[in-house]
Amino acid sequence: MFAEIPYFLTILTFTPTVGALIIALFRFTMRKDDLPKFDGNARMVAFWTTIVTFGLGVLMMIEFDPSIAGFQMVHEVTWLEQIGLGYRMGVDGISVLFVLLTVFLMPICILASGAIKTRVADYMIAFLLLETLMIGVFTALDLVLFYIFFEGGLIPMFIIIGVWGGQNRIYAAFKFFLYTLFGSVLMLVAMIYMFLQAGTTDITVLLETDFAQTAQIWMWLAFFTSFAVKMPMWPVHTWLPDAHVQAPTAGSVILAGVLLKMGGYGFLRFSLPMFPHASDLFAPLVFALSIIAIIVTSLIAFRQEDIKKLIAYSSVAHMGFVTMGLFTMNEYGVQGAIFQMISHGVISGALFLCVGVIYDRMHTREISFYGGLVHRMPVYAALFALFAMANVGLPGTSGFVGEIMTMVGAWQAGWWIATGAAVGVILSAMYMLTVYRNVVFGEMSNPKLETISDVDMREFALLGILAVATLVLGISSTLITDVTAASVDNLISNYDAAIAATAE
Amino acid sequence: MAPIIVFGPLIASFIAGVFGNYIGHRVAQILTTGAVVLSAILSWIVFFDVTGNGNTYTIELLTWMSVGNFDVSWAIKVDSLSAVMLVVVNSVSALVHIYSWGYMSHDPHRARFFSYLSLFTFAMLSLVTADNFLQLFFGWEGVGLASYLLIGFWYKKKSANDAAIKAFVTNRVGDFGFALGIMALFHVFGSVKFEDVFAQIGDHADTVLAFAGMSFNAIELIAFLLFIGAMGKSAQFFLHVWLPDAMEGPTPVSALIHAATMVTAGVFLVCRAFPIYELAPATSTIVTAIGILTCFFAATVGMMQNDIKRVIAYSTCSQLGYMFFAAGLGLYSAAMFHLFTHAFFKALLFLGAGSVIHGLHDEQDMRKMGGTYQALPGTYLLMIIGTMALTGVGIPMLFGGVGLAGFYSKDMIIEEAFLAGEAGIPLGMVAFWFGVLVALMTSYYSWRVIFMTFHGKYRGEKSVLDKAHDSPPVMMIPLVLLAVGALFAGAMFKEDFVTKGAFSFWQESLPPGPYAEGNYGDTYGAEYRASLGEHHGDDHAADTHADDTHAEEAGYGDAAHGGEGDHGEDHGHHPPVWVLWMPFGATVIGFLTAWYFYITREGLPARMAAQNGPLYRLLYNKWYVDEIYHFIFVRGAKGLGDLFWKIGDVRIIDGLGPNGFAATAMAAARRVARAQSGFLYHYAFVMLIGVLGFMVWALAGGAGGQ
Repeated sequence: MFAEIPYFLTILTFTPTVGALIIALFRFTMRKDDLPKFDGNARMVAFWTTIVTFGLGVLMMIEFDPSIAGFQMVHEVTWLEQIGLGYRMGVDGISVLFVLLTVFLMPICILASGAIKTRVADYMIAFLLLETLMIGVFTALDLVLFYIFFEGGLIPMFIIIGVWGGQNRIYAAFKFFLYTLFGSVLMLVAMIYMFLQAGTTDITVLLETDFAQTAQIWMWLAFFTSFAVKMPMWPVHTWLPDAHVQAPTAGSVILAGVLLKMGGYGFLRFSLPMFPHASDLFAPLVFALSIIAIIVTSLIAFRQEDIKKLIAYSSVAHMGFVTMGLFTMNEYGVQGAIFQMISHGVISGALFLCVGVIYDRMHTREISFYGGLVHRMPVYAALFALFAMANVGLPGTSGFVGEIMTMVGAWQAGWWIATGAAVGVILSAMYMLTVYRNVVFGEMSNPKLETISDVDMREFALLGILAVATLVLGISSTLITDVTAASVDNLISNYDAAIAATAE
Repeated sequence: MAPIIVFGPLIASFIAGVFGNYIGHRVAQILTTGAVVLSAILSWIVFFDVTGNGNTYTIELLTWMSVGNFDVSWAIKVDSLSAVMLVVVNSVSALVHIYSWGYMSHDPHRARFFSYLSLFTFAMLSLVTADNFLQLFFGWEGVGLASYLLIGFWYKKKSANDAAIKAFVTNRVGDFGFALGIMALFHVFGSVKFEDVFAQIGDHADTVLAFAGMSFNAIELIAFLLFIGAMGKSAQFFLHVWLPDAMEGPTPVSALIHAATMVTAGVFLVCRAFPIYELAPATSTIVTAIGILTCFFAATVGMMQNDIKRVIAYSTCSQLGYMFFAAGLGLYSAAMFHLFTHAFFKALLFLGAGSVIHGLHDEQDMRKMGGTYQALPGTYLLMIIGTMALTGVGIPMLFGGVGLAGFYSKDMIIEEAFLAGEAGIPLGMVAFWFGVLVALMTSYYSWRVIFMTFHGKYRGEKSVLDKAHDSPPVMMIPLVLLAVGALFAGAMFKEDFVTKGAFSFWQESLPPGPYAEGNYGDTYGAEYRASLGEHHGDDHAADTHADDTHAEEAGYGDAAHGGEGDHGEDHGHHPPVWVLWMPFGATVIGFLTAWYFYITREGLPARMAAQNGPLYRLLYNKWYVDEIYHFIFVRGAKGLGDLFWKIGDVRIIDGLGPNGFAATAMAAARRVARAQSGFLYHYAFVMLIGVLGFMVWALAGGAGGQ
């Protein structure tokens, strides 16, 4: 009904921008002395904007027909007709859930930003713009549009880290910048080449285009550089721990929850369907890097002294399951990878919120500072335990479904891939339970912790919602896989056909 | 009825866990105990309904995962095998819940404790009622979680936390194998449902899978990987290290989880998947070998420990070894029978030990006990019953054998192992001889516990003994009920589990075993199969099953003829008389040895221990397995972690990449503008230039093209 409005996805994408403009209007017309009084209002505007956007996201899900493999709710405005450039929006079974994930996490982020006390209005503007750009990545159906959203999304993130981050924020933001710039330049070159070949920037047309095999290899590598950095894959992952450590809580939630998924989405939207020959060729490389990521970063996580760094490294390991699953190119691996991305968005978001809860109280992330929190914070301990277990991949939580499905898919592609990934399952238990013991259990030996208070209603609500999501998805995974099934099947059958054609 | 059995404890656990502070300890206790007692009562009803009337069924509740063929449901499968487990789990759990009212009465966190106990019960129930390997895995890891929570229940104690992590991670190593087994299984069979897998198992007898650079028979590989999981959960050698440490948890937990239920899950898995193991002779031999090794190893270590709970823990480990070598030899019904009886007497021994510890003010070291039988008469009597049941006290051949629970089940394993050895099954004879030897050792260490704890001179502080008292009724009643089980469970259920009734008792869920086949295959077995033919003659599973057992029968028949041929009219197929008396003799010798060392020459063992000979040190230190593992795995993981982090990430990746560039680029940036804002604008600038450049090029190119 609503989705029949041709501009529906555009409205969804740009609603946060409207919110940002409203805040900006007041912020820049106000006298400097009055600004602090406006902080509360800025929060409210941002919160309600994200709630409305979330409502629109829910409407989108209601209107979305999972039985259709192609793009839905398409909105197209030709712009520079002679070169096929246009404003095109649409969602399919692969992208629609990422949109939902984004709009679901945003209100949580806004509510989790209570500790931000400086330049609140600016902070909210940055977040709302970031939301538009993130949704845009998943709804754009034009190469140029995608590129703008994809790269533009990093700017608010730089600002969030650089302005509201920790002590070493400049180094972290710089590292983040350096890595992503390198990837994006190569991707831009590949995009230009694609346009020259196909004569259009329309993604739906590009999906049908057959690129020459050698060209595929170069373009695949160019895109891979960009997406691998975003995921991030080993060995281009070292920006992530620094970025997370320095980012404010909500920044970490969004970074782990949504921004990392852009890489996985990129593989699904570009690398796999457009360059099937090259994907097939490079799959063993991706498998190897994924396995290394899973094992190596898990071992590194085990040795971390900073709790945020630990979760960041754990994220790299979990993204290893995603890349592994994607390149198996069977329905178990690919659906499992999408599931894993959604699930990780929820779980890692929740874990960063958990860190935020104690960071807001004690202003340190050092593991050895804590210990025995359960004595003063039983509710927190229980919620943190649930998310820790979900991160470990305990069956019954969403973490398990993604891991087992990607591994089932991986076994079809080769026993060694699944075996390597399964080692990570042991290691995740090791580092997660150890950090949990050191932070939550034991005697409360640090006197500074004696007055620490348990989660308040707001924190409880945020973590509670994520806890329910984790459990519901863990028990009934078809809620997600039914949405993705048709599009993924279509992706795979096209891929197989293309591989078969080149084999002849 | 089945959903109430499974979900009652979950709901109770949730309420007690989440609202424990609001409803109070007492309500939480009543709620959880009530739910589990109800489950227990219903389980017995289901048990008799299933094994008596053959009323088996599966309830599908909800789709868990569905991608392509990977279609998994939450289900409740009720057949003879799961009914036996339901009874074991719920009965012991209910008694442990009641016992804990007394044992935990001074603990401020009782609500949480009962919540965990019920959560464990739910996980265990979902494990045994699974109709597919993945739900089994859910329960498998669920009991692991509950075990983790309960071992670490006293979270202030570092040792408890460490033990909890050790248990979870060691089990994860097993689960690593289990999960790979499930993947391989799905790869070969295209399903993870028991029904589907077992129905087409014959078609894949010769399928080959590549693994670790070699080619394996698919069924063998799957069986082996699944067995790694079983080794972890059931604390078999190599993965046994967590079980003794798990004694850090409260004693009722040890009784429920680390003796009667969770640790038997591995045996259950092998029995549940018996059609796979039937077609995997090589893996079955490995199962037997590991079972023998564990059974022997744990007994040797158990003889030297001084902590009363650790002795019983090693005893559990050892008895699980019996069950595994039985399963490896194809004696599934005997393994399940021992699992069943063991649950009663081992829970009794643990709870009895708990009663001793409770009575002696939390003293666990047997060197500080002795001569307490007057202070703890009730506990003493019940512990004696438990010990007699464990050591298998009984008289062979009198009315076909009369004795306590362990007498029937353990001796059945030993005798059937002998038959299996005669039939030419690999390691059968080895298993038999080790079974006898370990029976001797079992008898020795079990009586050692009794003598050290209750007899001789008291060696602790006098004030403790003066205050020593038997436990309150709420703790003693569960002990009495378990003692009834330990006394009679063997005699009552022998027929159903392993002899005449085994055919109709197990139905399709398990083969009735060589003893039943050899002696009653032509009479009761034929009768059962005939009745099966009438009712579901076209049932495919039943057909294949009948074929299996026929083949087995033939095998044992040959052996019996070639073997002795002197069993004339005494219907069929007993092992020779000396075999029947071997375990009896072993038990007596073990008892007498313990008597000599701890009663006649009291104090001698302590003096011998003080000499600290190499053999004593080896056994006292548990063959140094923990130390070796710590060195290889814990320090190895830390070392590798540091290597990858400090050398790999920091020095190589960052050193060559961002930091190498960073130094240069930062310096350059500083000259142009302040670094803070500089790179940001650079970025936006590059991006904009990129887009503009692209559009210009595109326009020019597009125009040129036309």
